Amino acid sequence: MLNDKGRSTRSETTDEADMTASTFTGAKALDVEEALIFEIGRAEVTGVDLPAPKGAKSRLGAHARKAPLDLPGLAEPEAVRHYVRLSRKNYSIDAGLYPLGSCTMKHNPRLNEKMARLPGFSDVHPLQPVGTVEGALDVVAEVGRWLVELTGMAAVAMSPKAGAHGELAGMMAIKAALQARGLDKPVVLVPESAHGTNPASAALIGFEVRPIPARADGTVRVEDVRAAIDDRVGALMLTNPNTCGIFEPEVAEIAAAIHEAGGYFYADGANFNAIVGKVRPGDFGVDAMHINLHKTFSTPHGGGGPGAGPVVLSERLAAFAPLPFVRMEKGRPVLVEDASQTRAGETPYGRLTAFHGQMGMFTRALAYMLSHGSDGLRQASEDAVLSANYVRACLEDLMTLPFPDHPSMHEVLFDDRFLEGTGVTTLDFAKAMIDEGYHPMTMYFPLVVHGAMLIEPTESESKASLDLFVATLRDLTLAAKAGDTDRFTRAPRFAPRRRLDETRAARAPKLKWEKPVAAE
Amino acid sequence: MRYLPLTASDRAEMLARIGVAEIDALYADVPADELLVELPDLPRARGEMEVERIMSRMAAKNLTASAAPFFCGAGAYKHHVPATVDHLIQRSEFLTSYTPYQPEITQGTLQVLFEFQTQVANLLGMEVANASMYDGSTGTGEAVLMAHRITKRRKAVLSGGLHPHYAEVVATLSKMASDAVVRMAPDVGGGEDLLEQIDKETSCVVVQSPDVFGRIVDLAPIAEKAHAVGALLVAVVTEVVALGAIEPPGPQGADIVVAEGQSLGNPLGFGGPYVGLFATRSKYVRQMPGRLCGETVDAEGKRGFVLTLSTREQHIRREKATSNICTNAGLCATAFSMHLTLLGEAGLSRMAALNHEAAIEVAEALAQVPGVEVLNDTFFNEFTVKLPGDATALVEKLARDEGILAGVPVSRLLPGAGLDDLLLVAVTECSTADDRAALVAAISEAL
Amino acid sequence: MKLYTKDHEWIAIDGDVATVGITTYAQGQLGDVVFVELPDVGKALTKGGEAAVVESVKAASEVYAPLDGTVVEANDKLADDPGLVNLEPEAGGWFLKMKLAEGVDTSDLMDEAAYEAFVQTL
Ligand SMILES: Cc1ncc(COP(=O)(O)O)c(C=O)c1O
Repeated sequence: MLNDKGRSTRSETTDEADMTASTFTGAKALDVEEALIFEIGRAEVTGVDLPAPKGAKSRLGAHARKAPLDLPGLAEPEAVRHYVRLSRKNYSIDAGLYPLGSCTMKHNPRLNEKMARLPGFSDVHPLQPVGTVEGALDVVAEVGRWLVELTGMAAVAMSPKAGAHGELAGMMAIKAALQARGLDKPVVLVPESAHGTNPASAALIGFEVRPIPARADGTVRVEDVRAAIDDRVGALMLTNPNTCGIFEPEVAEIAAAIHEAGGYFYADGANFNAIVGKVRPGDFGVDAMHINLHKTFSTPHGGGGPGAGPVVLSERLAAFAPLPFVRMEKGRPVLVEDASQTRAGETPYGRLTAFHGQMGMFTRALAYMLSHGSDGLRQASEDAVLSANYVRACLEDLMTLPFPDHPSMHEVLFDDRFLEGTGVTTLDFAKAMIDEGYHPMTMYFPLVVHGAMLIEPTESESKASLDLFVATLRDLTLAAKAGDTDRFTRAPRFAPRRRLDETRAARAPKLKWEKPVAAE
Repeated sequence: MRYLPLTASDRAEMLARIGVAEIDALYADVPADELLVELPDLPRARGEMEVERIMSRMAAKNLTASAAPFFCGAGAYKHHVPATVDHLIQRSEFLTSYTPYQPEITQGTLQVLFEFQTQVANLLGMEVANASMYDGSTGTGEAVLMAHRITKRRKAVLSGGLHPHYAEVVATLSKMASDAVVRMAPDVGGGEDLLEQIDKETSCVVVQSPDVFGRIVDLAPIAEKAHAVGALLVAVVTEVVALGAIEPPGPQGADIVVAEGQSLGNPLGFGGPYVGLFATRSKYVRQMPGRLCGETVDAEGKRGFVLTLSTREQHIRREKATSNICTNAGLCATAFSMHLTLLGEAGLSRMAALNHEAAIEVAEALAQVPGVEVLNDTFFNEFTVKLPGDATALVEKLARDEGILAGVPVSRLLPGAGLDDLLLVAVTECSTADDRAALVAAISEAL
Repeated sequence: MKLYTKDHEWIAIDGDVATVGITTYAQGQLGDVVFVELPDVGKALTKGGEAAVVESVKAASEVYAPLDGTVVEANDKLADDPGLVNLEPEAGGWFLKMKLAEGVDTSDLMDEAAYEAFVQTL
């Protein structure tokens, strides 16, 4: 017998009108509008069941709180739904290629998360008796040992909380070393291509920043460094591989030049991921270098942090490492927390943060290091470099390379000359990538090329993934050149939001939720 | 290697497409003698099972807070974090997203930040909060620098009740930047004359409440004196759960409030990563460090959020930026916000009351132990105990013999200050009646 | 008399008082102006020294004093309506008025024609 319950599962029509159709809720199927907790929560609701306090006594003196806090609560199912819905409005490396140059959005292994959550690491207090946290000190020491070995340096300061904090830590060591030698050399040379944190970190502790120009080939030349050096120059901050994705060919000579002048070489190690197991910064004359564990060693970025920025130090700076640090004695890690525990030759310049640094990132990084091993780390660097150069080779006929004379390292930099006359800007191009399902590359950084597009595919992409990415960028480029500007200037069209009005946000800042004034 | 998708034949094909014979051709800018031939002297790749075994062995060497009657605080507190929080922050879209530079595809992170900023501002009683600092201690350093910019003066006065690590962070920054800092002696008895130190050169006075010894400080007179001479009050809170019970710093006249947010949403984790809360008055917003998330509309007029007022920041202002911070504590801030959303005002108040009640119970019992003196007149969930002998020796003995983590000896934070007989005891909702009784019994027995 | 600098400030001199702002070209380069930081009245300005800061969403620029003098008035309207700098850069979007120092030397400033020629070269 014929079953008459069957029906067509195809939509009858699909046309342009569907694109602009609106829904009653404002939702677009899986993409659901979500109000603020202040709009859906209630002061008396809580999603945490706690026993009732007996509450008879108080030792608060005259300081008991009288006014309400305006903090709404949500019951557990509401809270779960709120955050799950919000999460779905985010792009993530787990969901797609994330080619943000300089940011190293590589795969974040879940083993790392599992290890960081072992109670022996996550549920210990930083000031427990040292004898009860020997395993934690082992982790600090072991991560430090890997970093020292991989960089060929003398020592490491583990406490900095992110890359920029590491820069501060390293520049403080340099300042302390200069002071110890009785030198007044307050000027730091910083190439124009440097990340903004470099000049900002130096200036924070009173260094004067003197820019060095970038050469037309995207590199810094030793002769330019020499020309900029005078009696007042105490340090140079150089990123290597640099922010244009190029290994500085004259880095060793540059290091020698600053050393000859009595100064120190700070290397920004944000791009260390291109050279792990291939070259050791200690071999090209570095005195201090931070390592972003949240880039090179895969700890997740978490929508903006946390990170960790240990700083490796040369023989010349090791003595000045900040407190606290771990010293190895008879194969056992010993925690040195204050000046009274130091020995001859240890002259820490102070303390950068409470406690010992980003332990939760150390455990994740260690899981990554142990998983890769020295062979896997080298392979990861090589694959990152290979992938960037592959993307470059597949795009260089259509997009424009400002620095074609050097091979790329882990990231490839394009400029916007290929968009000239199309009416499409780097920003428009990036927004059109969003519609294609990609997070855009880093835009407008470094500042030394016009309309910069810095692409870092990382080692985590398969060849098929790279091929689709490349094909997409080729298609977009051809569309821009063919005059299909709408596809760019109106983009993104399919994201949870269209372009946001940043001018309005900055002119009349609304930085927190305010109760709407009741309409009369 | 399980994390690397490229196969040998992929690599060969890609090299061919690039037009080089081998990978080292791409490292041509590296001087040949610097290119490593041998692998670094470190172990080779391992499978997941093996890594887990190695790290579990390391973890097993540590005595965990949950496995012991636990009373350590001093700027890091053990609180119960609902399972929901850890589940939610591990969602790919929160965990593995970058800073929200492309707002159209990061509204999730941005809305969470907007909610976080509002929660922080309301909790601290301030007008505006940023999207997080690394932690409370570095936030305090930034607050001092911000006060210097606002007042155009360069001397900070630090109360003796400020957490010594925080004071050292400020002192280190100040020394390096050639700024003046007056650090008061440890204020065990609560009688320091801070007002005397505030003069016309002072940019800010930094006061913690509850202070490192647990005492709740009346901030209003300090704010009044500071304002009278054109200085700012920087208030510091290391235990935010206290704000469920005590008056927040804002209404008492604080100009900048910095807090450690670890207590909500974040594990002890041997000291990090934590999350710095940073709030101020609207008129100072352009002098703030760190990222700010603001509300706006998109091209269709729908509400949305963006990072804003970025001209303060290093990527635009470079050496003139208000701070060098870039990566902050995003995911820890997310966890903080989630925990506080689950609690709500009702839950936070109850949690605070439970902490206070448990702490009173222990303080009263310890005060009965012969030779033991509780030094605080006021406290929230942590107080200072004077012992007849060395606190470190006692804490180590109790850890070793009884498996009790009895607290933080003051000398751990202030070595050589002659305070070896003082112990900081923190009591939270995580302690059971048995834990509390065990602590009191063990201390009486040990003395 | 209206003169221009290579840093794209304009200065309209009327006796010993001058009005200073940024040029139409400069506001176009900056994009939507979102904030202007103005000096306090009474502040002494030296030629080439920082007088104000103008910010758009993605850029911040110092505005330099074209000549020596003392600030006598800052344009308060810009606090509420920084967009005036975009709409009327060389009229209602002025930044500050200054009392010029004795005997200032205007010889290295450009007149309108020279400035326009200068902008053409950029
Ligand atoms: C080249 C470079 N230097 C420094 C930093 C700062 O590192 P962090 O964000 O960890 O502070 C970054 C990261 O954004 C970077 O890309």
